[in-house]
Amino acid sequence: MNNVYYGKLIFELSKPGRIGYSLPTSDIQGYCIDNLPECVTRKNQLDLPEADELTVARHYTNMSNNNFGVDTGFYPLGSCTMKYNPKVNEEMAALPGFNIHPSTPNAMAQGALELYDELQKILSEIAGLSRFTLNPYAGAHGELTGLMVIRKYHMQRGDVTRTKIIVPDSAHGTNPASAAVCGLQIVQVKSTTDGTVDIEDLKPLLGPDIAGMMMTNPNTLGIFERKIPEIARLVHECGGLMYYDGANLNPMLGVCRPGDMGFDVMHINLHKTFSTPHGGGGPGSGPVGVRTGLEQYLPNPQVVRNVDGTYSTTNDDQSLGRVSGWLGNFGIIIRAYAYLLSLGRENINMAGKLSVLNANYIKECLRSHYKLPIDGLCKHEFVFDGLKDEYAGDRHSPDHVTTLDVAKRLLDYGFHAPTIYFPLLFHEAMMIEPTETESKDTLDEFIAVMKQIAEEAKANPELLKTAPHSTPIRRLDDVKAVKEPRFIY
Amino acid sequence: MFKYFPHTSDDIQQMLDIIGVKSLDELYAEIPEELKLHRQLDIPSHKSEVEVRNIIHGMAEKNRILTCFAGSGVYDHYTPSLVPYLASRSEFSTSYTPYQAEISQGTLLYIFEYQTMMARLTGMDISNASMYDGSTATAEAMMMCVSASKKRNRVLISSTFNENVLQVVRTYAGFHGIDLVEIPQKDGIMDQQAVKDLIENEDVAGLVVAQPNRFGIIEDFTGLADFCHEHNTLLAVNTVASALGVLKSPGEWGADIACGDAQSLGVPMGYGGPYIGYLCTRNALVRKMPGRLVGATTDADGKRAFVLTMQAREQHIRREKATSNICTAQGFMCLYIACYLSLMGQKGLEQVNRQGYSAAHYMHDELIKSGKFVEVFPDKPFLNEFTLRYTGDDDIRIRMTEAGILFGVPTQDLDNCFTIACTEKNTREQIDSVINQL
Repeated sequence: MNNVYYGKLIFELSKPGRIGYSLPTSDIQGYCIDNLPECVTRKNQLDLPEADELTVARHYTNMSNNNFGVDTGFYPLGSCTMKYNPKVNEEMAALPGFNIHPSTPNAMAQGALELYDELQKILSEIAGLSRFTLNPYAGAHGELTGLMVIRKYHMQRGDVTRTKIIVPDSAHGTNPASAAVCGLQIVQVKSTTDGTVDIEDLKPLLGPDIAGMMMTNPNTLGIFERKIPEIARLVHECGGLMYYDGANLNPMLGVCRPGDMGFDVMHINLHKTFSTPHGGGGPGSGPVGVRTGLEQYLPNPQVVRNVDGTYSTTNDDQSLGRVSGWLGNFGIIIRAYAYLLSLGRENINMAGKLSVLNANYIKECLRSHYKLPIDGLCKHEFVFDGLKDEYAGDRHSPDHVTTLDVAKRLLDYGFHAPTIYFPLLFHEAMMIEPTETESKDTLDEFIAVMKQIAEEAKANPELLKTAPHSTPIRRLDDVKAVKEPRFIY
Repeated sequence: MFKYFPHTSDDIQQMLDIIGVKSLDELYAEIPEELKLHRQLDIPSHKSEVEVRNIIHGMAEKNRILTCFAGSGVYDHYTPSLVPYLASRSEFSTSYTPYQAEISQGTLLYIFEYQTMMARLTGMDISNASMYDGSTATAEAMMMCVSASKKRNRVLISSTFNENVLQVVRTYAGFHGIDLVEIPQKDGIMDQQAVKDLIENEDVAGLVVAQPNRFGIIEDFTGLADFCHEHNTLLAVNTVASALGVLKSPGEWGADIACGDAQSLGVPMGYGGPYIGYLCTRNALVRKMPGRLVGATTDADGKRAFVLTMQAREQHIRREKATSNICTAQGFMCLYIACYLSLMGQKGLEQVNRQGYSAAHYMHDELIKSGKFVEVFPDKPFLNEFTLRYTGDDDIRIRMTEAGILFGVPTQDLDNCFTIACTEKNTREQIDSVINQL
């Protein structure tokens, strides 16, 4: 990344008459597309850019220089697990042998099916569950699929009254949104002052209309829900199932499994826990796992290993249906498999433990300058509630330095900002997740900068209020984007 | 240590000291012992990079790369070499959703370009920043019809969609509580009379149609949008993206929503993904639109810049009241599409369609001439995909596969029929070789 503003659009580099492709001259004569009936053909001009190859190459290269990725620098974006994306994974996903049509007969796609099933098995062992589908495309898509499994389970039992799902108030926004798409009503359960589920608030919510409960563990504050066995017991006793949102699985790897905590259904974000690139907002992958007895409800098609060692795709009549065109984001599945082979059983525990070490180290080093609303050991991430008052200044003064100001100032120092203003439990939330692939040296630099920013806030709040100063562009007019909407050139 | 972990043992010790615990295990002290695993996970042992390559190469080699005449929603088009090259830049691929716009202008620029290109291709006002794939984009279009209509809950869908898309839409409808009615096909196209009867007599929120349809036939929707709008029904048209280079756009048909898969715009077949669903609509429906949306604005110095906007529709703000649960979509694939369309332009996309048309029509005629295939839906116009019935009694697909040819896709619900697709990559020689194998 560099800080030179680029800002051009390909439409502005276009010149009539330029082309950027080359196609062979067709040796088939006698057919002409102009014979299509006029009523079905296009009249409007496409108005696409006209550009030569170098113009396009420079355009996107220059554009990329205005972008910050994990390969650029530290990306402590809470809840997103921005770990290093290994390059051998990319190499494996690009192998020509995987670039086949998805309707290729199973006999000719045995390698792809084998890889799918191998990853399925590894994820099942990591999760302590029976079986996974890798078809869902992203975390929220996995949530939706998992909730469909839960609803299907109840419907198959003739239990049609279970239309409500319990979601903690600290949950990711996708949890209630996925439940709504799945046709469930949301019942919110409160958090206690230590950020965990309030069991006394939960108890009266449980009844014959509850389909289940969604949780992350550790939760969005990075706190392990110690009472999880009791919560799972209560929900199971009322007839509901437990759903584990795998967004925070990273610290648990090899230490503590969702299946052993009492969860029945879960999803894993391969783009968080298993190192596949986030791609500026996808493609991700959200495999869904279930405990024994629920396998038949997973979406079609399912990949199965036959007794003779070959692999097939099958469709189960009891399945919830279908959630994807084919077998998911297969290219992402290859990357995650390559990562898990590289890690292996010897290293996987260390990924989780080092992510927890890194998070606790930053927390301990910065609590002198930032408000720590919840004390004690965190797992892979934690939340500060903004700068301490002595640095932030008077809350009612226009000079009061907010979490947004700190986040923007961090950009000047070459760091990505943490997740800000989430979870909603704290006004100035700043959610920091370092991941295990960051060194102590990087963390020390970050800590020093965070302290420096606190001092700046005290000495020169204006510097933060107007930050960032050294990025390709400065703070944006978000209101204008909404009031004078322009979504196309 | 391990190549993805930078910690030295000294580092770990110093960090533990500052935290005030004695060991890494003590960082998990609050977790009840009975919940912990206390054994090594039973997964494969660590492999070196050489071994990882060998294992996965071995799997890749177990797949057979066939000469592709299959389509059914996924097409084997030419990808200019620059596209994957640019898409491998890690400044793009290793970033997250562009929440910090000041350091994410790269991602925001290419999404804005993608939105513009898709809006122009589909003839609609706006496009979102991608859906997962064509099937889920179609399901979202269905849900959008219902949410835009407020009180209506019935959506009609043409049964001429590919079966996998229909299954996804059915699944979403079932759980979301939408009354989905499938309109039967008549002579290979949607029975428009059946549609009109239903819309006239019932409260229908939306109609979702496929173009070209699962048989490869180009359907004529003349007058359909007006009829829908007279009855306050929304029209969603799903078109194979590449075909929009020559076929009448959803905007020209008068559609309210355009949806589908943009895989055909040079995205590798990759055994089913990642692809990219698109969803475009009219300005009036922007607040009902699912997914991310990038807009233009200015920064504090007045420079033009781009930002995620209209977020009040989305799950992280609206939670259960959001227009969709979608968060991570297929953002990176927007870069693929923007690069592809920048290089191809209108001329290239037209050329791709011309060559696919010629190859498919040549193959169609040669298969008929061979005497072993007959028409199923005679005289219906098609672009680069068609359906024929095989009159032989052997399993021709297996025979072709053994000869290295992926001979179309067996047509759902039609005995001994195959839906066959050609692209600009299919040469006369390849087609002649298929004919010689008959």
